[in-house]
Amino acid sequence: MKPCDFIYHRPDTIAAAVALLAEFAPAGGRILAGGQSLVPMMAYRMAQPSHLIDITRIAALSGVQVTGQTLRIGAATPHRHFAKPVCGGALGEMLPHIAAHIAHAPIRNRGTFGGSLANADPASEWCTLLATLDGSVEAAIRTGTRHIPAADFFTGVMATALPEDALLTAAFLPILQDYRWGFYEISRRAGDYAMAMCLAAYRLQDGVMTDAHLGIGGAEATPRRLPHAESALNGQPPGETAFNRATDAASASLDPMTDHTMTADFRRHLVRTAITRALAGSRA
Amino acid sequence: MTIWTGQRITRFEDENLLRGNGNFTADLPSPLYLRFVRSPFAAGKIERCTAPAGVTMFTAADLDGVKPIQPMIRKFGYIPILQHVLARDVVRYTGEPVAAVIANSEEQAEDFADSVVLDISPAQVSVTAAEGLAAHAPVIHPGMDSNIVVQTAMTTPDHAAATAQAAHHVTTKIRSRRQSALPMETRAAHAAFDPATGRVTLTCTAQMPHLMRTAIAALLGMDEADLRVIAPDVGGGFGQKMSLAAEYVVLVWAARKLRATIAWVEDRRENLMASFHSRDIEIEVTGAFDATGKFLALTADITANVGAYAPYPNTAAVEPLMSFTELPGPYDIGAYACTARGVITNTCVSAPYRGVARPAITLAMERLMDRAAEQIGLDPAEIRRRNLVHKFPHTTPTGLVYDDASYIATMEAALRAADVPAFRARQRAARAAGRHLGLGISTFCERTGYGSAAFAARGMDVQPGWENVDMRMDSHGFVTARIGASPHGQGLRTTLAQIIADTLGIAPSQIQIVHGDTDDTPYGWGTFASRSLVISGGASLIAARKIRGKIIDEAADILEAAAVDIELGDGLARIAGTDRHIPIADIAAARNGFADDGFYDPLGTFSNATHIAVVEVDTGTCKVRVEQFIVAEDAGRLINPMIVDGQIHGGVAQGIANALLEEIVYDESGNILTISLADFLAPTAHEIPPIRILHRETISDATITGAKGIGEGGTIGAPAAVLNAINDALKPFNVEINEMPATPARIFAALQAAR
Repeated sequence: MKPCDFIYHRPDTIAAAVALLAEFAPAGGRILAGGQSLVPMMAYRMAQPSHLIDITRIAALSGVQVTGQTLRIGAATPHRHFAKPVCGGALGEMLPHIAAHIAHAPIRNRGTFGGSLANADPASEWCTLLATLDGSVEAAIRTGTRHIPAADFFTGVMATALPEDALLTAAFLPILQDYRWGFYEISRRAGDYAMAMCLAAYRLQDGVMTDAHLGIGGAEATPRRLPHAESALNGQPPGETAFNRATDAASASLDPMTDHTMTADFRRHLVRTAITRALAGSRA
Repeated sequence: MTIWTGQRITRFEDENLLRGNGNFTADLPSPLYLRFVRSPFAAGKIERCTAPAGVTMFTAADLDGVKPIQPMIRKFGYIPILQHVLARDVVRYTGEPVAAVIANSEEQAEDFADSVVLDISPAQVSVTAAEGLAAHAPVIHPGMDSNIVVQTAMTTPDHAAATAQAAHHVTTKIRSRRQSALPMETRAAHAAFDPATGRVTLTCTAQMPHLMRTAIAALLGMDEADLRVIAPDVGGGFGQKMSLAAEYVVLVWAARKLRATIAWVEDRRENLMASFHSRDIEIEVTGAFDATGKFLALTADITANVGAYAPYPNTAAVEPLMSFTELPGPYDIGAYACTARGVITNTCVSAPYRGVARPAITLAMERLMDRAAEQIGLDPAEIRRRNLVHKFPHTTPTGLVYDDASYIATMEAALRAADVPAFRARQRAARAAGRHLGLGISTFCERTGYGSAAFAARGMDVQPGWENVDMRMDSHGFVTARIGASPHGQGLRTTLAQIIADTLGIAPSQIQIVHGDTDDTPYGWGTFASRSLVISGGASLIAARKIRGKIIDEAADILEAAAVDIELGDGLARIAGTDRHIPIADIAAARNGFADDGFYDPLGTFSNATHIAVVEVDTGTCKVRVEQFIVAEDAGRLINPMIVDGQIHGGVAQGIANALLEEIVYDESGNILTISLADFLAPTAHEIPPIRILHRETISDATITGAKGIGEGGTIGAPAAVLNAINDALKPFNVEINEMPATPARIFAALQAAR
């Protein structure tokens, strides 16, 4: 399991990286960030990039900033950066909780937030987070920058709206001040890819839920918000009645991924469990 | 006087291994590397295999003079199918080696292998045993009428009558899914041709270096003396490395052909795809019981999917025949009728993996006992109490002789440790809160330390079994023991030293155990089948006793005492009850050292254990969490209890993995789907609970050290305990889980079907 030959580049700036990408992406060149998905695929020769453009030396790509009610996350920020809260609000609480579900500590040391988004594995926790909270990403191309909202970003299994010559530079997420939230992930073993996961967040106003976000990942080709489930929550007091209705609504609209280990019925069952437990967790 | 046997001394092996100073086969540098081009199809005709100019490639046509691998047993109608070390004309499983390329590095070798054009016309495949048995299934090996490579049946004369008399008949069917031993170190070999002598030194990760030497030399038509085999540090074998790898044969051939040094290091994908699989078995058992739950008769039918070829030396019969012979387990079953067959399919070769067929047969019997308990209205422990063998020696219907053991007492110890009444109270409370806890028992005996008579009885052409130990004390009193066993994690350098130390009255640190190099050790059969401590330990004891006699005679002379008054201990020979002594090293110096050897070929001895698992089944996720695991075991005299505990921990972890996680999966075309550790799920530390171990020591005269084997017990008993616990947890749902691994998908499907 040795990779095919490749030419390695390590630019110091975003502009240099983008220029390399413009030149080499059409011939199979790819960005290397943490490498935690790409390098194993290269070892299996399922990926055979002719050029690797290592962006981990570009300081401007790493780090987080809060501006108003938005957190900006540099694409090359490693998962381990989120082990402790980096901002306030519900987002500040949920980032460490969700990060702990990503693989294992050595992988979190190198894998990056932006790498996860660009890779767009259906079972990616950060992808589910971005989709559920309606975040957005920023990408740099030779001619400037582009903003892509989450709803437009994930186009299929391991597929995004990023053009092949675009470098993902940052992600944006809402702080969610005063929101309640819950997250539940189901995987075969500790650290495995999710078989189903749910992130739920809402505000409580006069005893009822409003501005609900409910999204699932790991179950369909792309993570997404479930508007029918959210409608079942909005305007209702938090509790089993509303939560069950939301779960039923979600289950009805599901387009589950299946494979030799997973039938549609079982995936549905797991999604129901993930939603139920995420919502139950939101009351704590 | 210090007694070493029974002490938990730390292993001599560990410091080097833990510091990263181990010597593994892939650590050896090599100027050349070999890589295999493997079949992408499960069956088909090889139309073309060509390499670009400048790439050195060998195919079957080049290896014309190399004999095929063809292990043999001369019983049970076994058909000696053969395997060419590189596929000739046809391929029979995905991953079968078709060609070998040579390069200057592993990276280049992989590039060259990718550049080879291999055209195969795919043919119809049989993946499951059922497909292999189907009426119009293509016959996979020429000259056979069907895909049944071995078949046998027996019925004891009392069977019909016993069955007819029974008050209760209970039937259960289990399915054991395909496993892989998953050694941390994949297979690797390094063949160095020495132009000065014409010899090849094959360093390889292996469990039977002497037999590998004999076998490879025979296949290549070379003198055994021209081949030296060295098994250095081996990163886990678990049986997978006892079987001869066709790849090693090709490597030695290539080294001789090119008169060069060449290495092969298997990658993980190859290991999962093309190194030996095991345990693809289905068993149906029917127990006939009297009104009190006493076994009157056992009826069984066993089908093993043995893959495309036969592993050397055990043959393709090993799993079905072991199932057939050992199914009754620790129970006095009365009459016995069994049919068993091995079916050839277009899948990777099946060969022994720690426990071999016994995890599957134990699952069958233990599920049967639980079902019978339920049907008859007995507690699961009580029905076992009424049927476990308790008079020894006990001869089974298949002729196995169980020596002194403690099947019932060990079970009672496990039950006490588990505090079953307290668990049942906790279980009731948990059910009321919607949580499903379960407790499962598994009792079994483990056949260990069996010598050549057992292999002869199987009708095997290759009859391993005995062991020699050559022992020498030098003129400084330092002892070297050269053994034919080949430990690879069993801690033999420590345990044999403990045995020898007690016999010779010196410290274990004064004793060196030499193994693994065929140039440096007497012929022996290696390490597998829970044999090495029993047989090499026995031979070491015999050799040490001879040397002890010589030391004592010499001491008696020097001290002017009677030999019977001399005792050895703490490095001294002393006249018992007095101060008069002489250092053993001085005696050795006076005689310029001592040398002798020991030979041991025992019939075998059965250790026993009871496993108890406590699980929680989460019906929301259908996942199973093993909350507690208890092992009560009796392996006779424990030479080093810490090493025994280590064996049990590792075996139980593999057993829990078998029960819940690990499975090799093929699709309907014979493509293997589990080719990475993302698909083949080994347990992490999170999935294995702390394991509580209780020991008993029943000293049987079937083993001169008093020690029985213990290597495979963990894998044999653990799966049944976990499956029984799952079924106990799911009692309210009216489902039965009889398939392992009991994955969440399977548990969900069972729950859904029962609704």
